[in-house]
Amino acid sequence: MNLLSILGVFSSAIFSGTSLLYTTLGEVIGERSGIVNLGLEGVLLVSASSGFAVTVITGNPYIGVLVAVIIGGLMNMILGYLIIHRKANQLASGLALMFFGFGLSALIGKSYVGAKINALPRIALPGLENLPKLYSSLLSFDILIYTAIPVAFLVWWLLFRTRWGLGLRAVGENADTAYASGRDPRLIRYQALFLNGLLAGLGAAHLSIAYTMTWTEYMTAGRGFIAVALVIFSRWHPLRAIVGALLFSGAVAFQLLLQSSGVQVSPFLLDTIPYVLTVLVLIAWGGNRRHSAPASLGRVYHGTE
Amino acid sequence: MPNPQDRSPMISLRGITKSFPGVLANDHIDLDIFSSEIHALLGENGAGKSTLMKILFGFYRADAGEIRLSGKPISIRSPRDARSARIGMVFQDLNLIPAFTVAENIALFLPNLKVVLNPQEIDNRINEISKQYGLAVNPRALVSQLSIGEQQKVEILKLLLSDARLLILDEPTRVLAPHEVEALFGVLDNLRKDGYAIVLITHKMKEVLQCADRITVLRSGRVAGTLLRSEATEEKLVKLMFEKALSGLKITESKRDESSKPILELRGIETRAEGAGVTLKGIDLQVRSGEIVGVAGVSGNGQKELCDVVLGMTTCVRGEKYLFEQNLTNRSVGAMRRKGVGFIPENPLAMASIPFMTVLENMALPHTWRYARYGGFAIDWKSLKEDIQKTEKQLGFSVNFYAIAKSLSGGNLQRMVILREMTHDPHLIIASYLTRGLDMQSAIAARQALIQARERGAGILFISEDLEELFMLSDRLLVLYGGRFVGEFKPSETNIYEVGHLMTGSKVEHVG
Repeated sequence: MNLLSILGVFSSAIFSGTSLLYTTLGEVIGERSGIVNLGLEGVLLVSASSGFAVTVITGNPYIGVLVAVIIGGLMNMILGYLIIHRKANQLASGLALMFFGFGLSALIGKSYVGAKINALPRIALPGLENLPKLYSSLLSFDILIYTAIPVAFLVWWLLFRTRWGLGLRAVGENADTAYASGRDPRLIRYQALFLNGLLAGLGAAHLSIAYTMTWTEYMTAGRGFIAVALVIFSRWHPLRAIVGALLFSGAVAFQLLLQSSGVQVSPFLLDTIPYVLTVLVLIAWGGNRRHSAPASLGRVYHGTE
Repeated sequence: MPNPQDRSPMISLRGITKSFPGVLANDHIDLDIFSSEIHALLGENGAGKSTLMKILFGFYRADAGEIRLSGKPISIRSPRDARSARIGMVFQDLNLIPAFTVAENIALFLPNLKVVLNPQEIDNRINEISKQYGLAVNPRALVSQLSIGEQQKVEILKLLLSDARLLILDEPTRVLAPHEVEALFGVLDNLRKDGYAIVLITHKMKEVLQCADRITVLRSGRVAGTLLRSEATEEKLVKLMFEKALSGLKITESKRDESSKPILELRGIETRAEGAGVTLKGIDLQVRSGEIVGVAGVSGNGQKELCDVVLGMTTCVRGEKYLFEQNLTNRSVGAMRRKGVGFIPENPLAMASIPFMTVLENMALPHTWRYARYGGFAIDWKSLKEDIQKTEKQLGFSVNFYAIAKSLSGGNLQRMVILREMTHDPHLIIASYLTRGLDMQSAIAARQALIQARERGAGILFISEDLEELFMLSDRLLVLYGGRFVGEFKPSETNIYEVGHLMTGSKVEHVG
C-alpha cells in the first residue's frame, strides 16, 4: 500500500461520503421533529434521476442540482401528507414512498441511461494545483463537497441556536408541549420534512451529477437506509454525522481497495464490511438511552379535540 | 383583600359546554376569575375541572359558550390565542421536556424570544424572576435530572416568564411532599399579592380551605356552587361535591402475627437500572399474613422497580426473594402468579389490560391456565364468570363483562383490575398507586377491598404517594428514597412531616 492508494481511499471516501452526509443531515432534521423517513431511498432515486435528466437536457449541471433539490423536497411532501395530515403509520408510509420512488426514478431515467453529462466542475484544493496530475486529480473536489461540512455546521446552528430549531426539537420530544407553547406541530413537521427532502435532494444530486456522472437504476444502493442508521450512529447530532458519513464511506472505499489489491477473500464478503460496521455500531449504541432518540420519534401527532 | 364584589372579573366563562364521545364533560359552565385571587376549582375526578381549564387555555375547543376578557368576548382556539390573552397553564402530568435544559424549556414559552437564541440573556431573565419569588433553579440543568418538586418550580417560572397574568395549576400538589406543598402555597400567596389571578384545580379539601379565596365546586360537568373562603366549611364543600353521602371506610383490626413466617421476604435485593430507571440497593422487606405494609415515596424513587422485582419482571443482581420460604429469586412471573400473587399496577390501562379486548377476556388473561379446557383449545368462560361474580359479591361492586376495556373510565378499569386480582384469594397482593385517578367513591371501594383481603389473611404490599391513605391503611410504613428504604415506622409513631422529609431526602426540621 503506497501513498497513492491511501490518497485514493481518502478521495473516494470523500466523494461517496458527501451524498451520505447531506442525506444524513436531512434525516437528523426530520427525526428531531419526530419523523422517521424510511422513504429516503426512493426520494434519493427520484432526485438523482430527475436532476440527471435535467442536466442532460439543459447541459447545465447547476440547473440539474436545483431541480434535484426541489424534487427531493416535493417527494417528502407526499410523505408529509400521509403521516401528518392523514395520520398514517410513519414506517409503512415511508416504505410505500420508497417503492414509489423505485418505479418513478426508473421511468424518469429510462432514456438517460448511459448519457454523458456536463458534470459539476472540480476544483483542486488551493495550493495543490502544482502537484503531479495523478495526485491533484485525486484532490480536486466539486463545490458540493466543499460546502458539505459548512452545511453540517449550519444545520447544527439551526437546530440548537435558533428559535425555530428549539420549536422543532420540542415537537420531536413532546408535540403537546410544543402546541401548548403556541406552536403548530403539524406545520413544523412539514417544514422539517421539506428541509429533509431538500438536503436529500442535494445528496442525490451530488451522487448522479458530480460523483458518478451517470444514471443507473437503483444507483443509490441503500444510501437512504444507511443515512437512517447514521442518524442513530450520530445520536441525532449534525456534527457527529460528519464522522459517521466519513467512517462509513471510508469503509466502503477501503474494502474496494482490498478487492483491487487482490486479497484472497471473497469480494462478496468484503462488500459487506461497511454494513457489518453499521450493524456493530447499532449494537454498540443500542441500550444507551441517554441523549438518545427524540421522545416522540415515530409517533403520529393526533392534535387535540 | 378588597371585596371582590366591587371589581369586575378579569376573565368570565359563560355557558361553556364540551362533550367527548359518550361523556358530557362540561355542561353550561359559568365561572368568573378575578385578579389578585386564588380561585380553587374543586371536584371529583371526572367532574370536568381539567377539561374546563384546558378549554380556557385553548388546548380543547368548546362546543358552545363564550369567554370574556375584561368584559370583551374573545375567541380562544389554540394555546397561542390563550397566550396572547396572557393565560398560562401547568398541566397535571407536568409537560416539561426531560431532554431539554431548564432554560430551553422556559425559552420555548418566552413571548418575545429572538430568532437567534441568546442563552446568556435567557439565563439572566430566569435568574431575575427566580430570585424574586424564591424559586431557585439552575437554568443549565437538564430537566431529567430534577426532582418533581424542582420541576414544579420550573413550570411556575415558565408561566411567569411567559408573561401570563392568569396562572392555571392542575393538581400541582399531587406529587409534592407536605413541606413542598407549603412552600408552593407560599409562592402562590406572593403571586396573589402581586396581582396575578390563580386557578388551582384540586380534589383535596384541606388545600382549598388553606389557601383559596374563592371556591367553585364542579360536579359531573356542572357548577355545584361557588363560595368565598369565609363562608366555606369542609361540610358544605363535601355536600356540594357529592350528591349522595359517602359511605365511610370500615377499617377492621389487622390480624397480623409478629411471630408468623413471612409470606414474602426480600433479603438484600439489588437491581441494575437501565436507562432512566432507578437502582434498588439493599432492599430488605418482609410481608406477613394479615398485614398491610405501606411504602411511601415520591414516585420515581424505585417503586416500579420494587414491584417488578417482587413480581419477577426484572432480575436482581444480588439478594434473594422468598415466597412462603421458598427461594424464588429471578423466577418467572408465571411461577409467582401460580403461587397466588395478585398485582394491581400503577397504570391499569397501560400495564394491566389489553385495551381492545373485552373486560371478560382481560379477566381471563392472568388465569388462562386455570380456565383452559381441551389442552387450551377452549376456555371455560362460564366458570370464569362465576368466579368473578363471587368476587363482585364480596367486594360490593361490579363491571360490565362485555365492554371493551379501552372504553371504561379510569375508575371502572381499576375496578376491573381489582376484581381480577382479588379473585382466587391471593396470598400476596402488590398494590401500586391503588387509588390514583380514582374518584372518592371508587377510592373508598378500592381501599375496602384491600382491608377485606387483609381480614382474610393476605399479606399486602401497598405502594402510594398519598400519605393520608398510607397512614390510614398501613400496619407498617416504609419510606423509599433513591432506591433504598430510608425509614420504617408504625404509623402511630410518626407523622406526615417526618415521612415527607424522608421521602424527599431533606433534613427533618420543625414545621410550625
